[in-house]
Amino acid sequence: MADNNLSFVRTEMLQGQTPPIGERGIVRWIRLNLIATPIDAILTIFAIFLLAWFVPPMINWLFIQASWSGADRAVCSTVAQGGVMPDGWSGACWAYVNANFNQFMYGRYPLDQHWRVNLVGIIFIILLIPLLIPKAPFKVPNAIAFFLVFPFFAFFMLVGGWFGLTYVETATWGGLLVTLVIAFAGIAVSLPLGIVLALGRRSKLPVIKMLCVIFIEMVRGIPLVTVLFMASYMLPLFLPPGVSFDKFLRALIGVALFASAYMAEVVRGGLQAIPKGQYEGADPLGLSYWQKTGLIILPQALKMVIPGIVNTFIGLFKDTSLVSIISMFDLLGTVRQHFNDANWASPQTPISGLIFAGFVFWIFCFGMSRYSIFMERRLDTGHKH
Amino acid sequence: MASQDITPVGADSAKVSLLNDPRIRGYIYQAVVLAVIFGVGYWVVNNTIANLQRAHLASGFGFLDGRSGFDISSHPFTNYSSDSTYITALYVGFLNTLLVAVAGIITATFLGFIIGVGRLSHNWLIRKLCTVYVEVFRNIPPLLVIFFWYSGVLAILPQARQSIALPFSTYLNNRGFFFPVPVFGEGAWLAGVAFVVALIGTFFVRRWAYKRQMATGQQFPVLWTAAALIIGLPLLAFGLKGFPLTFDRPVLGAFNLSGGSLVGPEFMSLYLALSFYTASFIAEIVRSGIRGVGRGQSEAAHALGLRAGTTTRLVVVPQAMRIIIPPLSSQYLNLTKNSSLAVAVGYPDLFAVGGTILNQTGRSIEVVAIFIIVYLSLSVATSLFMNWFNAKMALVER
Repeated sequence: MADNNLSFVRTEMLQGQTPPIGERGIVRWIRLNLIATPIDAILTIFAIFLLAWFVPPMINWLFIQASWSGADRAVCSTVAQGGVMPDGWSGACWAYVNANFNQFMYGRYPLDQHWRVNLVGIIFIILLIPLLIPKAPFKVPNAIAFFLVFPFFAFFMLVGGWFGLTYVETATWGGLLVTLVIAFAGIAVSLPLGIVLALGRRSKLPVIKMLCVIFIEMVRGIPLVTVLFMASYMLPLFLPPGVSFDKFLRALIGVALFASAYMAEVVRGGLQAIPKGQYEGADPLGLSYWQKTGLIILPQALKMVIPGIVNTFIGLFKDTSLVSIISMFDLLGTVRQHFNDANWASPQTPISGLIFAGFVFWIFCFGMSRYSIFMERRLDTGHKH
Repeated sequence: MASQDITPVGADSAKVSLLNDPRIRGYIYQAVVLAVIFGVGYWVVNNTIANLQRAHLASGFGFLDGRSGFDISSHPFTNYSSDSTYITALYVGFLNTLLVAVAGIITATFLGFIIGVGRLSHNWLIRKLCTVYVEVFRNIPPLLVIFFWYSGVLAILPQARQSIALPFSTYLNNRGFFFPVPVFGEGAWLAGVAFVVALIGTFFVRRWAYKRQMATGQQFPVLWTAAALIIGLPLLAFGLKGFPLTFDRPVLGAFNLSGGSLVGPEFMSLYLALSFYTASFIAEIVRSGIRGVGRGQSEAAHALGLRAGTTTRLVVVPQAMRIIIPPLSSQYLNLTKNSSLAVAVGYPDLFAVGGTILNQTGRSIEVVAIFIIVYLSLSVATSLFMNWFNAKMALVER
């Protein structure tokens, strides 16, 4: 071409234009996530109304109107109810939680002995944290210390009567202490017992299989309160006259047996998911039943059901609150016990105490469920479709 | 390896000790376990008999015919008084358990499905709201939720004099929820008959429509026909008799409400707590069930030209139900078992009534045996029903 003045070829790239306002940033996000369709828009408006109706009064009640400190019920009741607050006042009574905080944590555990509970708690945390961090070393000795040594240490420290420690009756224990002790003991007993029951249920020996099936199905078919009732009313009948168990221990046995039946079903799910080749591969190696189970089957099966195990732990943790029905004072029981305290009785007291107890339970259970999700992702070896 | 040690099987099998034969060892293990179980059982029974004799306690179920001597606050289906027998009291308790369990299951299912679907919504706000609901209620003990309603909310409602008036002449106060009861007049039975006729008619219409669709491919609006029949026919019958219906409304008096009917705070707190708690689990089950249906299924349905609603109804839901039903049935069982928490707020369910009887008579073994039998049969009945339902919904493979 002779005349090359008219070039239609651009020599440099054109800068991309910014997208139209509706296709970028916050506007795009709102358009896609809140008002994508007319129904979506209606739902959004509905949700906003719900939040506007619910959230500001809640924040107002929980924080702004709440009374944070005080010595007795006066700070939590209106003038008409014999308090100092103006009529029509309604707010959370955190003063009540504040004043009884020690009770909610330790129950009636002697005040000068609280350091023992604290020490046990600190050692519990020190042993637990490296166990939870996947990269931390010394897993096996750590687990042995946590599940085998620590319970004895905790028992001697909390009960006392040895090494110059004063004896503390379990009847004086209460609050979060009882909740945590029952939950931990339940977990430490139910996991091994559940594994044994699950193996028994898959055993080829008919007698053992039947016994395990009867135990598991029976316990799973009845409510925990019934089990606790049995533990507290019937266990004394079963023992020779004169022999009696601590009430605390009886509740512990009930909770642990109950949880182990559920644990057994979770573990059985894992055992059933192991391909047959794993069993058949172990046999020609000459492994005995226990070697095969301990070295080949269980490590794979347990890894597979970690979410289920943690779910059972969460259920167990929530179920510890039921011991208050057989008049033991766990966190919930202690909080309820103090509703009736003449010093603090006011319309706002029960709901404030329950919200506090619920928050403590929630933190533990939510933490466990988050950890289980984290482990699930970590252990996921990529067999997802 | 020591291959020279291997000798053909059977050559020296006579030399193998009996203890090394897995079959014999299995028998020995089982015999030992049985012996231990029987030994412990014998010991326990012996101790129990000795303890009962020492405490001069009788045993046996004969006491159930005795006069109970206590009142039950709520006995909607039976005539119960303190002169009734223990067995009647237990029966009342059992009915109360069933009542709260069925009411709770219906509400929890409804709520759970809405929230479960909401968690999959495209709408960010709805999704987050549903997530917050699930995460809050899943991680709090049900007993605490019961107390929250009972002593936190319902107990601080105003007294009867200052009852909160709600629509449809219902009232709410610290004694419970008052609502009008319909009183049927002369000739109302015709509406009942019409309702039954409508149900039977719907059944036949559905069968006919299904057959016709199978044969010709033509669809018939079964849903609308059914709705017209079931609502319209009784209404028509009612209209013919001149609407013989009046309401017994609660009336606010000087000190109390009179008339109408009442649901006590015990039932309400238990029912609300069980429904709210279980709904969070059902929501998760529903969510995972719907997510479990492959995306290809709905894409294929869209490609066939099915609309969104039809796709959901005919393609996604039937497949999701297959995943949902087994865990759903165990949630129903959990709710039924959790209804025993009624004892904490004094709602007279089976467990609370049994506990009262236990305290009165000291027959702990018999009462606990009744608990176990009743709850186990409830569990078995529920799981049988759900297994049947599951088999009906299960994949029919060719």
